[in-house]
Amino acid sequence: MSLRYLKDVVTLQLDEEKCSGCGMCTQVCVHGVFAVNKGVAHLVDRDACIECGACARNCPVEAVSVRSGVGCAYAVWKSWFRRRKQGGEVSPACS
Amino acid sequence: MGWIETGSGRVARVSTDITLSDRLGGWRVRWGINRMHYTVGAGLYAVGEPGSQSPVLVSASYKLTFDQLRRELAGRDVWLLVLETFGINVWCAAGKGTFGTLELINRINHTGLPTLVAHRTLIVPQLGAPGIAAHEVNKATGFKVRYGPIRAEDLPEFLDRGMKVTPAMRRARFNLRDRLVLIPVELVQAWKLSLILCSLILVLSTVALRNLSLASRFSTGLAPMIVYLGGLVMGSVVTPILLPWIPGRAFSLKGAQVGLLSAILAILVMGSTWKEADVVALLFVVPAVTAYFALNFTGCTTFTSLSGVEKEMRIALPMIILALVVGVVVWTVGMLA
Repeated sequence: MSLRYLKDVVTLQLDEEKCSGCGMCTQVCVHGVFAVNKGVAHLVDRDACIECGACARNCPVEAVSVRSGVGCAYAVWKSWFRRRKQGGEVSPACS
Repeated sequence: MGWIETGSGRVARVSTDITLSDRLGGWRVRWGINRMHYTVGAGLYAVGEPGSQSPVLVSASYKLTFDQLRRELAGRDVWLLVLETFGINVWCAAGKGTFGTLELINRINHTGLPTLVAHRTLIVPQLGAPGIAAHEVNKATGFKVRYGPIRAEDLPEFLDRGMKVTPAMRRARFNLRDRLVLIPVELVQAWKLSLILCSLILVLSTVALRNLSLASRFSTGLAPMIVYLGGLVMGSVVTPILLPWIPGRAFSLKGAQVGLLSAILAILVMGSTWKEADVVALLFVVPAVTAYFALNFTGCTTFTSLSGVEKEMRIALPMIILALVVGVVVWTVGMLA
């Protein structure tokens, strides 16, 4: 039994050079994407990322970046319509 | 209930008992009844007899969230700091930013928390992390954010172990019970579309088949309605329940398999008298409808990403539309032939 979503799609990026090894990303991630090894964070399960953005928001040295939003077809659908109306990028969110 | 007096004013005390009306309220919002107005006021609350050393738990102004939290705190003395999330749960509100850094900083200062407690630690639910920058809260208020467990049910163990989180408390899960409670949400979201579609089918069949009797017009319209509702149940109820056991990763693909299998079953059981065109149409329409509703379930889950859903929609939606068109055309041609 496995509940895993599509492979090789997420926008998560980690700059290991910038990482200070504080481990905040390992605490906020709900899918165990990060692990700190020898004082530096690594992506140990990138495909499990859901792009919630918690790691990027809580990284004090801005070593993590991700285009965050919700993995919700209904929200994506709405954002497509809104984009057409407003002509700008709208990040999908819950209603 | 009641109030407790503190150096910085009165604070409302809340009970840790869940009453019948709390349970009814929780059941009602899951069926979409007044869901966006099920709130508690933002601000500070007391559980038991909290003092200057008592822990501070941060939460959201959604009453369903608040109830689940206070239920786990029986026999404890804690402060609850409720942020204004306009009746939205912690995770969704964090994604939108209402459960956010600025709101937390303002709420700390507004409630006089710094004079109320001697320590400088806030316990924020882990699911609030997408909205809260812990280091910025610390810089602005001196309070250190500690991310607590995801689920309120783990709070007693967390508090008893000196605020230690086990790896299991940190992981999002999505077991059968988690999926079951969300099925009503899906059905409620689908009912408007369903009402429009069903009336459209009835009107079309009544108008298109003018020269037939009213009874046969109605029965002709009934068939596609049953097919649609069958697809809805397969996509919004059966697929979510069987989710981990259906092969594949894309939700539409999982749904299409369930739809195809149920269409084949229906044909085997009842289809001996059906027209060929009806059989072919069924094989196209049911998987398409089921795939659509399965795709819609992505938003209820804990493991889908925005990029993944966008990719899936770009591939699946054209195929769903194509299958629907083929099915409807085959069915119509078969009916007129």
